[in-house]
Amino acid sequence: MQVYADNAATTKLSKTALDAMMPYLTDIYGNASSLYRIGQEAHHGVQAAREKIAKALNAQTSEIYFTSGGSEADNWAIKGVAELMAKKGKKHIITSSFEHHAVLHTVKRLEEQGFEITYLPVYENGIVHVQDVRDAIREDTALVTIMYANNEIGTIQPIPEIGAVCHEKGVLFHTDAVQAAGHVPLDVKAQNIDLLSMSAHKFHGPKGIGALYCKQGVRLPNLIEGGAQERGRRAGTESVYAMVGMAAALEESCAHMEENAAKMRKLRDRLIDGLLKIEASHLNGDRQNRLPGNVNVSFEGVEGESLLLYLDMKGVSASSGSACTSGSLDPSHVLLAIGLPHEIAHGSLRLSLCESNTEEEVDYIIACVPEIIERLRSMSPLWERIQKERGNQ
Amino acid sequence: MEYSEKVMEHFARPHNVGKIEDADGVGEVGNAKCGDIMKMYIKVDDGIITDVKFNTYGCASAIATSSMATDMIKGKPVSEALKLTNQAVVEALDGLPAVKIHCSVLAEEAIKAAVKDYYDKNGIEYDPALFKEDSCHYEHHHAQ
Repeated sequence: MQVYADNAATTKLSKTALDAMMPYLTDIYGNASSLYRIGQEAHHGVQAAREKIAKALNAQTSEIYFTSGGSEADNWAIKGVAELMAKKGKKHIITSSFEHHAVLHTVKRLEEQGFEITYLPVYENGIVHVQDVRDAIREDTALVTIMYANNEIGTIQPIPEIGAVCHEKGVLFHTDAVQAAGHVPLDVKAQNIDLLSMSAHKFHGPKGIGALYCKQGVRLPNLIEGGAQERGRRAGTESVYAMVGMAAALEESCAHMEENAAKMRKLRDRLIDGLLKIEASHLNGDRQNRLPGNVNVSFEGVEGESLLLYLDMKGVSASSGSACTSGSLDPSHVLLAIGLPHEIAHGSLRLSLCESNTEEEVDYIIACVPEIIERLRSMSPLWERIQKERGNQ
Repeated sequence: MEYSEKVMEHFARPHNVGKIEDADGVGEVGNAKCGDIMKMYIKVDDGIITDVKFNTYGCASAIATSSMATDMIKGKPVSEALKLTNQAVVEALDGLPAVKIHCSVLAEEAIKAAVKDYYDKNGIEYDPALFKEDSCHYEHHHAQ
């Protein structure tokens, strides 16, 4: 059986998105800036896509900027606001310790340029405390940037409440909603969001396209100089098919959000319960406040890369936060941020489901994992040591 | 990052997995914090390694290098096992990704640790220079 359970990494392009894109990959090849008919047809495609995305966020069309994806949107939002605010002498940024690297590496760069960064703790359950945000805001705070939902452990942050605190204090609030868009209801007005990043391929849209919502009145500096595209702020001929595909995928995801989420939650909980039956296993991240499709479990005494490669041999695609899969010295910064010791973080397995996964597939995973864990533990000197320590207690 | 077919073969069906209860030498290297521990057991008869087993906690390349390195010293004189280099293990596996080279270093060190244990237990004299002090394998990590 082949089971794709890495939807937090990327998703399959939906049929609806593909069908919406095809005309722009074939007949409607005009440049959206051109005045003749196929140029104008392309232009209409871009405008309709922007309207759909704005509607999904409860924003104005003039507040949506297309980007190449989530990382670009994060970079633009954070560096842009930093540049604006530095002119007013505000050089302090608040973020959390378990943001995506697109945010963490960006604030790190700003730190090198003289900004001061506060990294809020995320506690054992992987959730930022609103009071910590309030306490961290200073006179010179330029921006608060907190992710909507974590990409590894799926925990959903108290975004409306954080936004409310920011607005009360007169500070701009950005959220990296790459994992949330298309999966949980977003409303930039009701949720007090000033800037928001999203990426199409996380909700069955194409890769290479994303968007930044930037509230009217926030004059972000231009990202790319050139033509008048994206109101002159991000020049370059539009990738019309990608924009159209993103909009179609988002519209579809939002239209079925409730039923999809209900289905995924049921599968997720079945999978979590099944995996936690394995001895010395732990769920990472809050059980309730988590994305409908996210499962993240650590198994003591095993290493994550071996686990996911053996799973791959069984046809299951998953991911891990071990050092070996991150290609660095340390295991995932997210797992360390919620206080896991290195050796437990190395043994993590992330399975991220989508609405097309089935109960049969979940049961297949639940059947495969225990024998792999057993096999890895039977040759693990670490597991032997853990067993001895337990026995001695 | 991509593994060679050889690495995947040895990972999928590793050779010499297990323990030797009455081993003549046991060596353990690595640590849990780094994400890999290798433990090797050797049985020595008349200066020849007649049997070797390993237990490894770690990634696919840690398991594959343990499997290959144990294959390479089985049936060989102890003196020859000591000459096994991590490069030889890497070559036998048709290469390892740069970030995984430290696994082959661990395999070399685990064999040396097992031989040293055998020497110590049997009162066999040796040149201490043969066995470098436990080098933390963090040094062998390569940034991507």
